[in-house]
Amino acid sequence: MTPSNPFAEGFRALRRLLRTTAVRLSLLYLVVFTAFSVFLVVVVTHDATRILTQQVHEAIDADVAALQDQYRRGGLVRLVYALEDRTRRPDAGLYYVVDTAGNPIAGNVAELPPAALAGEDEEPRPLDYLRPEGGRDVRHVALVRAFALDNGFRVLVGRDIGERERLRTVFRKAFRYVAALMVVIAGVTWWFLSRRVLRRIDEVSWASRRIVDGDLSGRLPVSGSGDEFDRLAAGVNEMLERIGELMGGVKGVSDAIAHDLKTPLTRLRNRVEAALASDDPEAAHQALEAVLEESNGLIRTFDALLMISRVEAGSTLSNVTEIDLVALAEEVVELYEPVAEEAGGALVLGECRQKYVVHGNRELIAQALVNLVDNAIKYGRRDGAAPHVEIRIEQDAETVTVSVRDDGPGVPEADRARIFERFTRLEASRNAPGSGLGLALVAAVVRLHKGEIRVDGLDPGLMVSLRLPKTGSFGRYAIPRA
Amino acid sequence: MRILIVEDDREAANYLVKALKEAGHAVEQANDGEDGAHAVATGAFDVVVMDRMLPRRDGLSIVQEMRARGDETPVLVLSALGQVDDRVDGLKAGGDDYLAKPYAVSELLARVEALARRRRPGEVETSYRVGDLVLDRLSHTVTRAGEEIVLQPREFRLLEYLMKNAGQVVTRTMLLENVWDYHFDPQTNVIDVHMSRLRAKIDKGQEKPLLHTVRGAGYMVREGVK
Repeated sequence: MTPSNPFAEGFRALRRLLRTTAVRLSLLYLVVFTAFSVFLVVVVTHDATRILTQQVHEAIDADVAALQDQYRRGGLVRLVYALEDRTRRPDAGLYYVVDTAGNPIAGNVAELPPAALAGEDEEPRPLDYLRPEGGRDVRHVALVRAFALDNGFRVLVGRDIGERERLRTVFRKAFRYVAALMVVIAGVTWWFLSRRVLRRIDEVSWASRRIVDGDLSGRLPVSGSGDEFDRLAAGVNEMLERIGELMGGVKGVSDAIAHDLKTPLTRLRNRVEAALASDDPEAAHQALEAVLEESNGLIRTFDALLMISRVEAGSTLSNVTEIDLVALAEEVVELYEPVAEEAGGALVLGECRQKYVVHGNRELIAQALVNLVDNAIKYGRRDGAAPHVEIRIEQDAETVTVSVRDDGPGVPEADRARIFERFTRLEASRNAPGSGLGLALVAAVVRLHKGEIRVDGLDPGLMVSLRLPKTGSFGRYAIPRA
Repeated sequence: MRILIVEDDREAANYLVKALKEAGHAVEQANDGEDGAHAVATGAFDVVVMDRMLPRRDGLSIVQEMRARGDETPVLVLSALGQVDDRVDGLKAGGDDYLAKPYAVSELLARVEALARRRRPGEVETSYRVGDLVLDRLSHTVTRAGEEIVLQPREFRLLEYLMKNAGQVVTRTMLLENVWDYHFDPQTNVIDVHMSRLRAKIDKGQEKPLLHTVRGAGYMVREGVK
C-alpha cells in the first residue's frame, strides 16, 4: 500500500467501483446489447448487400441477352436504337459501344478507358467511372459486363451500384447511433440500479448494521410501491418489531424477576436470621418450616417461569394429539368444582351438544384452561361474594373457542393487554396469593398453538376466550396418526 | 429395600442417601454414568434413582440398556430439565417415574416407595383393606365397618390410589399425576379440597381416622395414628 501513488489510488478506486453491483450489471448490459446490435447490423447489411448485388447481376444479364437479341434481329442499327431507347429510361444503366478501333459509337457514359472493354466477361465486375453531375464529373462505381459483337464492335452494359454503397453507409450510421444509445441506456441502467434499487439494499445493510450496534428503534423506509423491496423492508421491520418486543420482554422479565423474587428471598433471609438468633427451639423449628414453605413457593415460581420460556421458545409443538375440548373442560370442572363450591360459588360447563376437537398438546391446553379457571375463581369475585364461573365452548369452520367467564370486578380496559405479561399483578389482586405467571403461560400456550386470546368485559365480570385452530393451521407440525 | 442412586452431584447424593437410610432403606451410590451402568448390571436393587445428565454417560442410555436386556427394575429418572417433554423422553426410554429438580426429599421418598411397591410380585388385588375400610375394585364399592359409602368416580380413584399405597406417603403431585393425569402444578392446591371432601365421607363420625395429612409431604391412609 503506497497511498502516495496516485495511480495505485485511482486503480483501487476503480476496482471498488467495478465491484459495485450497479456498475457490473450496467457493463454486462452494455456488452450484451452491443454484441447483439453488432450481430444484427452485420447480418442485415450482409444480406441486403447480397440481395441487391444479385438483382444488379440479373438486370445486367437480362440487358445483355436483350441487346444480343436486338443485334441478331436488326443488326447494329437496331442495337443502337434499342440502346438509346434504354438510356432514356429513368433507372437507366450504363451503356457503351465502341468500334473495332475503340472509338465510341453510342452510350451514356462520358468516357471509358479502352481497357474497360477489353475482355469478354462471364460475370459482371466492378468498374470505376466518371459521371457528369451538375456540370462536373463525379466518380461512381458500377458493375459492368462487356461483350463483343460478331463485327468486332464491343458493347458494355452496367449498372450503377452507388445505391448499394449508400445503403451500407446508412447501416453504418444507424449502428453508430444505436451504439451511442446503448451507452446512454447503460448509463441510465447504472443510475437506476445504483440510485433506486441498490441504494435500498444499501439502506437495509445500514439499518441492520445499526441494529447490530444496538439501536433497535430504526426502521427501513417503505416506499409504498409494494415492490420486492417494500416487502423485504416490511418483513425486516416486522422482525425488528418482534425482536424489540422480545428484548423489551426479556428486560421487563429480568426486572420483574429481580423485583418479585427479592421480596420472598428477603423474607427467607429474615426468618433464618431470626431462627439463628432465637434460643427457643420451638420458634426455630417454626421458622424453618416457614423457610421451607417459602422456598417451595420460589421453586414453583421458577418452574412456572421455566415452563413459560420453554413454551415461548418452542417452535415445535410436541405430543400433538386430537383433543376433545369438552372432555378436557369436564375434567377441569371436575377438578375445580370443589374449590368453587368451597368458596360458596359454582363452576359450570355450558351445554355442549357435540365434541369440539382441536389438535394440540393436551397437557398444555389443560394447563392453560386450569390457569384461567383458577384465576376466575381467585380474582373473579367481588368482596365477600361467591365466584360464579362458567366455561363455554363454541366453534366456527376452522376454530374452536373456549371462554371462561366470571361475574367478578373485571379488569379495566387499560390493563387488559398487560395481564398476559409475566409478573403482572393488578392492584386489585395484589394481596391475593399468586405469582403473576398464570396468564403469561396461557398466552404462551395459545401462541404456540397458533391461536388467539381475547379479553372482554362483561356486566359484571370478565370473559377470557381462547380461540384454537382445529387443524390445518398446524401446517408445520407433524400430527401423529392414531 | 435396596436402592441405587446414580447422581454426580455428591452433596445432593449424600443428602439423599442419608434421607433414604433414615427411612430404613439400604442405599448404594454411583457418581458417574459408567459406575452407574456397572452397578445396575451387577447388583440387585428394588429401585434405581437415575440422574439424567451424568459425566461419562447419559443416564437415559443406561435405562434403555437395562430394558433391552430385560432388567425390569423400577427406575425413577431425575432431571434438571424437568418439563413436559423431558418427562415424556424419560418415560419413553424406559423410566417408570420422573421427577424434576429441584425436588423435595419427601417427594422423592414417596415416589421411590411407590415404585418399589408396584414391583412386588403377586396376583392383581381385587380389593384393598385398611382397618375396617374396604374398597372393592370389581364392584366399585367402598364400605366402612360394613356400611356402604357412596363416592364420586374421581373420589373412588383417589381412595383407590391412596389405599394401594396404604401405609406410605402419597404426595399431592403423585395424586395429580396418577388420578388426574396432570403433570403440571395448579397454582391453587386443589388436591387439598378434594381430600377434605373425601375425608368427610370416609372419616366423619369415626373414632379412628384413616386418612392422614402428613405435614410438608402429602397424605397417607393407614390404621392408627401416626
